[in-house]
Amino acid sequence: MQPGNDSDDDDDAGPDASGEFRVPAALRGGAALPERAEVVIIGAGVVGLSIAYHLAKRGMTDVVVVDRGYLAEGASGRNGGGVRQQWSTEINIRLMQESVALCRRFAVELGVNVWFRQGGYLFLARSAKEIARLEKNIALQNRCGVSTRMLSPQEAGEVVPEIDLTGIVGAAYNPTDGILFPWPFLWGYARQAIALGVKVLTHTPVRALTAQKPGFTVETDRGSIQARRVINACGSWSPSIAKMLGVELPTWPIRHEICSSEPLKPFLRPMVSELSSGLYCSQSMRGEIVGGVTVPGHGSTHAMGSTLEFLATYSRRLVKLMPRLGDVKILRQWAGPYDCSPDGNPILGEPPGVRDFYLACGFVGHGFMMAPIVGKLYGDWLTGGERHEIFDRYTLGRFTDGSAAHHEKEDFNIG
Amino acid sequence: MGSKIVVCRCEDVTRADLEHSVARGYRDIEEVKRYTGFGTGPCQGKECLAVVATALAEITGEDPSFIAPFTSRPPLAPTPIKLLARDPAAHRFPDDPAEPVAAASEEET
Repeated sequence: MQPGNDSDDDDDAGPDASGEFRVPAALRGGAALPERAEVVIIGAGVVGLSIAYHLAKRGMTDVVVVDRGYLAEGASGRNGGGVRQQWSTEINIRLMQESVALCRRFAVELGVNVWFRQGGYLFLARSAKEIARLEKNIALQNRCGVSTRMLSPQEAGEVVPEIDLTGIVGAAYNPTDGILFPWPFLWGYARQAIALGVKVLTHTPVRALTAQKPGFTVETDRGSIQARRVINACGSWSPSIAKMLGVELPTWPIRHEICSSEPLKPFLRPMVSELSSGLYCSQSMRGEIVGGVTVPGHGSTHAMGSTLEFLATYSRRLVKLMPRLGDVKILRQWAGPYDCSPDGNPILGEPPGVRDFYLACGFVGHGFMMAPIVGKLYGDWLTGGERHEIFDRYTLGRFTDGSAAHHEKEDFNIG
Repeated sequence: MGSKIVVCRCEDVTRADLEHSVARGYRDIEEVKRYTGFGTGPCQGKECLAVVATALAEITGEDPSFIAPFTSRPPLAPTPIKLLARDPAAHRFPDDPAEPVAAASEEET
């Protein structure tokens, strides 16, 4: 650690002689708000920062990212860090194949260790119906080149010997799925975006957003910015920003709780998930068992308090699945919002009738794993490159023009 | 010298680590917690939070009264999973056993 060695060299965020990366100046607070910008991204979560980085990497550096809080305050700092290719629609499988490829290169490209570990994902089935669901998905995943395979209970037990196989009838296993540590992902994107000229302004809430001709006025607590284009990447808080332009989003927040144990010697290779309860758990590179479970019966809320109901439900299902974990202690629990959408898929591109305002929300708890590829595709598109089909398929308009009915829903959102 | 002053014993965080975090731009106590890992071990901040807040005030020059504690996280103390598993607050899934979980029949916690 070399504190203080990076006081006034903000224009150079590459590694210094010590191999350390330098200060993201804009995060220091007090950085001046620019009067205008080509692009203002609202929301400095992983989606907004990934877009900012990829825009800048392709030469569009007149970009300002504003966030009402600190980095990692929202869902990007609260998720379990899972990155999987086991999805139920071809487009999401293919997107996640590309996201995994980007995650593999992240540490080298962005100069920060994200503790990405490809230990696989093991989805456990307790009924023939769940097996049928997994088999259908596996066939599609295999056609896309993902090496998922169906395991017998005994084979699942060989992957994770700690599982009590009573009642388990099979499992889907893809060894190239993985987990990462979410926070360094944000730091990596922020630092490199800043190094390329992007401004990242935390503690800068947006109070009003007004359409001008052309562009927008973005009013914040710290002043106004004239933006030619605005991107709404506020996760489950996106509807309030969209509403400022009269755009209604059909998304809603769900509190998703999660907890972490004391650190243990590494023993659990894959992320383990049980379809019947939505239980999932993985072992982080710190050794903690991090996991959650579906707690049914709660409505839409941004309340992010912790409940005993969650902790008890998770614990009950976890000792049923892996009895040996009973003596392990839980250290802490917290919650983050899932940004739910009607068909389980994200909402991207421009709303009908509103130009130069772009949506990047509705990721249903999986924005973190999709951010690497969605940010890259946004970067390509908005700098004049290829417009990927997600920007035609995952539009807000699909919910009103009937096109959503022609596409499959994503039904493999877990947790 | 800061590298010899331990401010969080659970996670081996030193005062130099705090200075480094602030120099990187992560100066809000929640950001410092995430960047250094302080307060995320067995004590969950009970031992270190005040020490870190005081040090942060010195490092950043901010009025200590403006440094709010980070959000405290349940449970109050590290709690065994098998103990929590017996809590009646748990939601029952259709495939849950009717009997209390196996761990409940073992000895005490």
